[in-house]
Amino acid sequence: MSSIPADGEPPVAPAALLSIEALRVCFGGPARAAAVADVSLAVHPGECLGVVGESGAGKSLTFLAALGLAPAGAAVSGRVRLGQTDLLAAPEAVLDRMRGGRVGFVFQDPMTSLTPHLTIGAQIAEPIVRHRALARRAARMRVLELLEQVRMPEPARRMRQYPHELSGGMRQRAMLAIALAGEPQLLIADEPTTALDVTLQAQILALLAHFKRERGMGLVLITHDFAAVAGVADRVAVMRAGQLIETGTVREVLKRPREPYTRELLSASAEPFAPNPAAPPGTSGAAPAVLAVDDLEVRFAQSVGGVRRRWFTALEAVSVTVAGGEALGVVGESGCGKSTLMRAALQLIRPHRGRVQWLGQDLLGLPARRIRRLRRDLQLVLQDPLASLDPQLSVEQLVGEPLQIHEPSLSSEARRVRVHAMLERVGLEPALYQRRAHELSGGQCQRVGIARAMILAPRLLVCDEPLSALDVRAQRQIRLLLAQLRRGQGTSLLFVSHDLSLVRHLCERALVLYLGRMVELAPTAQLFTRPLHPYTRELLEAIALADPDLQPARLAKVALGEPAAPLERPGGCAFRVRCAHATALCAERSPPWVSAGEGRWVACHHFRLWADGMLSP
Amino acid sequence: MLLLGSVVTGRPRRFGPRSRYTRAMLGYALRRMAGIVPVLFILLTVSFFVIRLAPGGPFAGGRALSARTHAELEQRYGLDRPLGAQYVAYLRALVHGDLGPSYSIRGESVGALIAAGLPVSATLGAAALGLALLAGLPLGLGAALRRDGLLDRGLAAFAALTLALPSFVTGPLLALGFGLWLRWLPVAGWQAGAARYLILPAVTLALPLAVAIARLMRASLLEVLNASYIRTARARGLGRARVLWRHALRPALVPVVSYLGPAATYLVTGSLVVETVFELPGTGRYLVQGAIDRDYPLVMGMVLVYGTLTLVANLGADLLHAWLDPRARHEPR
Ligand code: SF4
Repeated sequence: MSSIPADGEPPVAPAALLSIEALRVCFGGPARAAAVADVSLAVHPGECLGVVGESGAGKSLTFLAALGLAPAGAAVSGRVRLGQTDLLAAPEAVLDRMRGGRVGFVFQDPMTSLTPHLTIGAQIAEPIVRHRALARRAARMRVLELLEQVRMPEPARRMRQYPHELSGGMRQRAMLAIALAGEPQLLIADEPTTALDVTLQAQILALLAHFKRERGMGLVLITHDFAAVAGVADRVAVMRAGQLIETGTVREVLKRPREPYTRELLSASAEPFAPNPAAPPGTSGAAPAVLAVDDLEVRFAQSVGGVRRRWFTALEAVSVTVAGGEALGVVGESGCGKSTLMRAALQLIRPHRGRVQWLGQDLLGLPARRIRRLRRDLQLVLQDPLASLDPQLSVEQLVGEPLQIHEPSLSSEARRVRVHAMLERVGLEPALYQRRAHELSGGQCQRVGIARAMILAPRLLVCDEPLSALDVRAQRQIRLLLAQLRRGQGTSLLFVSHDLSLVRHLCERALVLYLGRMVELAPTAQLFTRPLHPYTRELLEAIALADPDLQPARLAKVALGEPAAPLERPGGCAFRVRCAHATALCAERSPPWVSAGEGRWVACHHFRLWADGMLSP
Repeated sequence: MLLLGSVVTGRPRRFGPRSRYTRAMLGYALRRMAGIVPVLFILLTVSFFVIRLAPGGPFAGGRALSARTHAELEQRYGLDRPLGAQYVAYLRALVHGDLGPSYSIRGESVGALIAAGLPVSATLGAAALGLALLAGLPLGLGAALRRDGLLDRGLAAFAALTLALPSFVTGPLLALGFGLWLRWLPVAGWQAGAARYLILPAVTLALPLAVAIARLMRASLLEVLNASYIRTARARGLGRARVLWRHALRPALVPVVSYLGPAATYLVTGSLVVETVFELPGTGRYLVQGAIDRDYPLVMGMVLVYGTLTLVANLGADLLHAWLDPRARHEPR
């Protein structure tokens, strides 16, 4: 399609594909504030518009309302034109022809956004039959083609599967295939990468960029994260509380933001490679171990068809220690065994082999009563705070509950004092103390979760993806809070995440897992500057940077295909199917876990080739 | 049930997972069916001992019998033997399809009584369930589609009314209206094959069920219509009707299907009342009468019939659920 001038100026010549003028969306009468207030935006053919804002900013609603998909009860006014059609005045039948035909949608969370009782093939075929009027046979061929284009592994098999049988990344690919099926001129992607692994995020973004280029489509990328738009978008619009705050080219907005709010959001998409003041060096290894895991192996029985069973090794030969006061990050994509490691360390599942020691005591075989007492010193913060909080209890009661259990002798007055002090430390205002969990925002919920865990002053805090459900700004705040609490109380931290950049900010050391095996263990600073394992390198490359000068090139290097599935663990080095450096040796023998000096450990046959910095993995 | 069938066949054949699921589900259904036998066995065993532990005996109440007659009767029916022996004898007969003689209805075997009454009760139950689904599903659907509309508010008011009126009130009221005043339908009684006699009892029995199904359908459809995948379907340019038919209906039916188990229980207890009110020669009265008279074989026969019915209804509900929702299916190997 038409070319976009190199300096990033909005193209003038072609008419806008979609133009939104003074769009207003209100719920419940004019007295309430508008959910979207006088937003004017335009998307041109072949152009990507990034729309950035926190949840509740009205960014998705703007585009849903523009295409007549606003929830019932919304009053929509303004002017929306798609080509020559006035969408707000158009009858439903015309809108139906536009939706899926000229405009494709990719929604967040494909698990809930795909119809559970229809196979994905059937769902992809729907817009084809509806908008392209293909015969059934031809439609079927087209479905296969589309699945191949979105790099779905084994498309012919996946086509006949239901959404719940696919992994998160595959579901998002299916969603993308549905959106592309009607051959739209405009694709609207609403948080397409949220809740995905870092590697998958990069792949989905790269796919979007690829389709935009290849098909000359217009693309609207709605996200809370500037890093997601930096590599794809041509122009960026920033929204807050229903209003357009700032628009401009990517470079203008990301490099020279005019509005303070934009600047604040940008600083939250923190520079992952900047020097990290949060992790003071030299704390690791000095203090005696709080938690020591030795040669751990965890297997799960997979019942296939309810009868035949086979064993799936989720974790193998994992040994690692967390020193007193140390923060250890455990990183890897989903299915790498990081959550299994956490659960085994907490005695929530029984390992097949190996030992877990807590303060030098063997945890395995300890009576349940003793373990329960130990739990006090070993607290947990989970990914979905809302699900783990009792909806009946107020914030104050929730945070007081652990005290009630572990220190029953405390008077209610003394308890209240401690609860209030804790709530203050996690930055929750007194006005919130009597609220229930569902009345809080995601970030506030997570603060309650942290307050609950920290009120007993545990020796070790275990966090399982505590930030991945949050906006970047809330992520940053919680991250800072965790760092501050940890240093204040000398608590050790076991931090499980798919996101290396978070680990980098919180932890002194990081352990990288791949398909249940340790591949690298190193101080985080060195892990970032000189990764020894090719997989670590891949993880680092997948991190999106909020820098329009660097990110497009990084994204261009990302492989578009799905990573190898965890169940099909190959012999030799498990990473070899994805590794660019694999040799015959890698297929033959699995690499040993060896020390690389400076407290670094790695499992790769060839790491010495690049350990001296001459070569990069 | 008609409606259920057509929704289910509405699924795509070309992208269907076909045989792998069909086979897995068939295996699952067979396993569950086999599982019914031990459950029934336990049910029968527990009932056998519990009714005998209850105070009183078959020939204790009613006419005063001389001690000799009493002993003779007990001997005739084997009641003088030890409990364990009685139990073994009962099971042995049961395996051969013999449910034993009735104590209270002279000269009749329990098997014959059930054979006479069950067709009536089964017809009544099936008719009531059919009516309830036929009325409840479309009503719930309509109420959900026009929320707070006339139908929706009418349904809410009607629901409150039916909940307040038990069937021993609605039954006679209907009989009064349609039987005595309008003279359209017989007030009571039964003639095999004559639908006229079936209508009033079936409607009486179906009313609360229809209301419950309508309200369930309404609530679940409203919830489903709010789901993200409905929005995705709309974003594909599918019209409202198609989205409703293909994407919303099946998930919305899941709670209704889960309700079929409890509905079967309701039908059993409800038919006791309705059969009495309309003087139907069904099996309902046997359960009550058998329990009062301590007619052990009759009670056991009823336990067997209703137990099987409830278990099969629940199994049916589970299978339908799996059919509607692939996530509830048992993975093929
Ligand atoms: S051992 Fe071989 S395949 Fe594995 S990471 Fe190292 S170079 Fe790659």
